[in-house]
Amino acid sequence: MTPVSFDLQLLNLCAALLLLLSFAMLAQRRIVTLVNLLALQGALLLAATLLLAWRTQQHHLYISAALTLALKVILLPWLLHRLIRRLQVYRDTEPLLNIPGTLLIGVLVVVFSFGLAQPISALASTATRSAIGIAVAVVLLSFVTMINRRKAMSQVVGFLSMENGLFFGAMSATYGMPMIVELGVGLDVLVAVLVLGVFFFQIREQFDSLDLHHLEALKEPSSTRPAAEDR
Amino acid sequence: MKLLEVLTQLIEIIAALAVAPVFLGWVNQCRAWLQNRSAPSLLLPYRNIRKLFHKDAVIATNASPLFRLAPYIVFGAMVTAAGIIPSMGTDLLFTNAADAIALVGLFATARVFISLAAMDIGTAFGSLGARREMMVGFLAEPALLMVVFVASLISATTALPAITESLGTRDLGLYPSLAFTAVAFTMVLLAENARIPIDNPSTHLELTMIHEAMLLEYSARHLALMEWASALKLFNYATIGFALFVPWGVSTAEGGPAALMASVPLLLAKLAIAGAALAVLETLSAKLRVFRAPEFLAMAFLLAVLGLLVHLLLGA
Repeated sequence: MTPVSFDLQLLNLCAALLLLLSFAMLAQRRIVTLVNLLALQGALLLAATLLLAWRTQQHHLYISAALTLALKVILLPWLLHRLIRRLQVYRDTEPLLNIPGTLLIGVLVVVFSFGLAQPISALASTATRSAIGIAVAVVLLSFVTMINRRKAMSQVVGFLSMENGLFFGAMSATYGMPMIVELGVGLDVLVAVLVLGVFFFQIREQFDSLDLHHLEALKEPSSTRPAAEDR
Repeated sequence: MKLLEVLTQLIEIIAALAVAPVFLGWVNQCRAWLQNRSAPSLLLPYRNIRKLFHKDAVIATNASPLFRLAPYIVFGAMVTAAGIIPSMGTDLLFTNAADAIALVGLFATARVFISLAAMDIGTAFGSLGARREMMVGFLAEPALLMVVFVASLISATTALPAITESLGTRDLGLYPSLAFTAVAFTMVLLAENARIPIDNPSTHLELTMIHEAMLLEYSARHLALMEWASALKLFNYATIGFALFVPWGVSTAEGGPAALMASVPLLLAKLAIAGAALAVLETLSAKLRVFRAPEFLAMAFLLAVLGLLVHLLLGA
């Protein structure tokens, strides 16, 4: 095996830790910790971006690192924490599938995404191409998190961590997206969280809970009213 | 250098037999200090074993020969395992016969016999302990195998001395896969040796004990052998950990007797640090409910598999 330079080793470590964090999010029941994990994921992303910027001398990566710091490490977790305090949701209900089962599915998802990323990595020319598989895995694991949760709050956290995975994928495949795309996506995510925050209040107003299975029945009040009268 | 091989092998086994009870005593001492109790003597496990050897054995009337035989088999398996693990030198006589997978098999043999013996008498506690032990064992074993596989993949061999040699001589670097598997291995060590998150070694409370429940029917020399075997098991796990994750300072064939002698104090230093770390870990964590044990071990398995995948993908 050829010796790998130290900064690339650090980048690989960041990638591996990102994967580990995705699994931690998959297994976490408490929403406050989930948001903290999201902030940590953002911080890791920041570290990876800075390392890559320093290694490749691509100056636009410094700007996107600053954007990551402002948005994903500070602003979004702060917004989410504020929402949690206001809505008084601290725990998700029992997930649809138990934790060991979810983790095993997660392992299968990782194997699948590594297979999926193999041809892409073979075509990429960046030094970090081997991390593309990890980025795909992070995206798919966030999907699993969103599918497996009932509360709207943890689904939003899953959505944000999916965005982190996409960002990491773009970074390791082509050293980052064009600045205009990055700015657009960052703004989109920010607006999405703000709008979803409003949605949360509306959902709770309507159903007295943030459990999304109440939204599954599409019928108008005719189906819900008898139940209400029973009470 | 046939002589050196025999010498290394002999020293390793004798050192394992001698040091294992002291290591257990050291862990207990550290735990007592951390919990503000006055610590028991370092030699307490020795005195315990000596006391037990001097007593007369009492055996239940309906015990089968298996019950009398089990302590010797368990003890034998642990001593053999100590002979395979390169704790001080990689130049071992036994290694042509058994590799890391056989080592996991030896642990499994000991587990099966200890559980069978526990169920042999037919008391409720015995079978309760045996069932729990098997549950923990069947979840911990794949995790342990995965840990071994990661190390074998990196060094392209399943023989433990060769793994130690190749890991110890490569240039320093960050290996996320090894870091993940080290955490997984620590979790397996805690579960397999009846340490705190899974089982409390100092409890005799009926509803929570696992390992102690299986030994309730044993007395005198049989109990002494069982306790010595469990001390050896802890020692073996610690030395497997050193062989995989801190392989520096283990003497190789070229080193000769001088390197072998130099590796003895190094092993003692490693054991002292590992024992203190184990005590800290045990004091910091609370015992899990039995039904949470699968979650804990699924975590360990997951970490080991992640280590494997990360190694395959990133080559690190």
